[in-house]
Amino acid sequence: MNRTSIRKALAPSVAVLALSITLTACGAGNETTDSGSDDSSSAETGTLTGELNGAGASSQEKAMEAWSVGFQGLNPDVTLNYNPLGSGDGRTQFIEGGTLFAGTDSAFDDEEGELTAANERCGTDIIQVPSYVSPIAVMFNLEGVDSLQLDAATIAGIFDGKITSWDDPAIADLNPDADLPATDISPVHRQDDSGTTENFTDYLSQASDGAWPHEPDGLWPVKGGLAAEGTSGVVAAVTNGNGTIGYADASQVGELSVVDVKVGEEYVAPTAEAAAKVVAVSPPVEGATETDMAVEVDRTTTEAGAYPVILLSYLVACQTYETQEDADLVKAFMEYVVSDEGQAAAAENAGSAPLDAETATRAQDIVSAIAAG
Amino acid sequence: MATLAGVFIFLTIEGVPGFFQEEQFYKGAGNFWGYVDHLLFGTVLAATIALIVAVPLAFGIALVVSHYAPKWIAGPVAYVIDLLAAVPSVVFGLWGINLFAPKMVPIYDWLNAHLGWLPFFEGPVNPVGTTILTAGLVLAIMILPIITAISREVFTQTPVLHEEAALALGATRWEMIRLAVFPYAKSGMVSAVMLGLGRALGETMAVAMVLSGGGGISFNLIASSNPTSIAANIASQYKENTPGTLHVLIATGLVLFLVTFLVNFAARWIVAGNDRKMAR
Repeated sequence: MNRTSIRKALAPSVAVLALSITLTACGAGNETTDSGSDDSSSAETGTLTGELNGAGASSQEKAMEAWSVGFQGLNPDVTLNYNPLGSGDGRTQFIEGGTLFAGTDSAFDDEEGELTAANERCGTDIIQVPSYVSPIAVMFNLEGVDSLQLDAATIAGIFDGKITSWDDPAIADLNPDADLPATDISPVHRQDDSGTTENFTDYLSQASDGAWPHEPDGLWPVKGGLAAEGTSGVVAAVTNGNGTIGYADASQVGELSVVDVKVGEEYVAPTAEAAAKVVAVSPPVEGATETDMAVEVDRTTTEAGAYPVILLSYLVACQTYETQEDADLVKAFMEYVVSDEGQAAAAENAGSAPLDAETATRAQDIVSAIAAG
Repeated sequence: MATLAGVFIFLTIEGVPGFFQEEQFYKGAGNFWGYVDHLLFGTVLAATIALIVAVPLAFGIALVVSHYAPKWIAGPVAYVIDLLAAVPSVVFGLWGINLFAPKMVPIYDWLNAHLGWLPFFEGPVNPVGTTILTAGLVLAIMILPIITAISREVFTQTPVLHEEAALALGATRWEMIRLAVFPYAKSGMVSAVMLGLGRALGETMAVAMVLSGGGGISFNLIASSNPTSIAANIASQYKENTPGTLHVLIATGLVLFLVTFLVNFAARWIVAGNDRKMAR
């Protein structure tokens, strides 16, 4: 029969197709960020050479672009690679010694033994400094309403599905001047595991006086409801619907209206200064070492002008490195990131909040002690 | 084959511990089966929708191109369909969430208003259109070119003598296709559908971007909360993984691998069985 010849012709093409599909699947996500690596034209002020590899939180990616350009401008012979794999992979690679530094949205802790493992990798306690502070905006899309004031309990009620209509008395009481329609509320959440969700739910559970019955989690804890992939997915879903409300990094919300959140007795908009203020008043985590600046973000602050719905991301490094070259590179880079200049560059490129003076000074002291050992 | 074996060995070694993780890693589901069942359901449902839409369309287009249309129109049509295969899945995802899904909302409203008594179209309607039906339709468009291209190739391979013999016996063109082309091309058509199904089951980015996932098992096709697919779930959860969740995710990957393998195997077996019957 002729059929066998078709099979013969088909088999290789099937194999090739299958192979190419697997290959593309593996290929995705391996891109390295080395934007501006050929920035050698700028003034030669640094004497450092070599390659500095880091990986971790994708939230810091945009800021890292700015730092990469700025740092390599100062040190033209250094190549900085930051792989925005996500916090989890960043921590794993750091522990395994694959990278010199890591970026992570949730600080190293010992829930799964990661802090101990990281300390073992370094030989001494690790350095953890806040590098990227960004307000998380609660944005909404509702015809005829441009501004809205809400408190934590009401936001929790909306996202938990308890408050289902925009003209609910709970919302109307907080917004006496607004003309609220009877539209159904469609809350949108992230379907991927993300630092944004973890920080947002942490805020809700701490600040809402029990209106939010769930634990803080990187994965959205409420069953059902509208979900979308990534920050851009949430923004797209909120933009495309009517009566939708969602949360995202404040620099990414675009044209959407944002909610002013009640802090103490006043309503605060998600601005950079208000976000940085919260970091300054937050207490350190339990058992934090001298070089560990991880904080429990104070979500219930009543400090005037503070905005407690923030995402705080850390850079992690060792106190000592085996070679002088590695130590010099990491030290110079970390010093640049927590410097006023570095923070300003990130603010401009990523819309993040520069660290306040006190936090920045302490971070600078810690990273300037990095040495070879 | 070596690649396939390598993938299988990796999945088994890394995935098997995922079956026996502590409860916290299953995100409230209790055990592995409770975690994976709705994912499996979502994967199969989205792929089924895609196949129901894409297969008749693809065979139709392939027949038109190979047997009905004049050459000057068949060539460009085939070319354009093939081009669809070159569009990356993220692009389909972007198109799906920003343009296609919102455009589907009025249609879903209509379906709910007129066919709401069916369990498939119960309200309330997803206000953004990011439903499993949308995801299935996007998948259908993505697998269309593969199925079309392969079945077109097989259709054109039918011996001209068979076709002419059928026509000479007084068959109409459609009867000729049923008598001569389909029996001849059957195994090739199954191959085409299997490749399409493989892509639909494994498609990651487009589903993750378009679908509003996170829901449980439900046949409602137009709701806000849908079961997501295994591949899309891995993509969503992988970024912030910890060692424990990673094992669970790889274990779900192993389940997907086994399902794909079983479906392929079953299809081959059915075709082979038919061949045996015909040979007798």
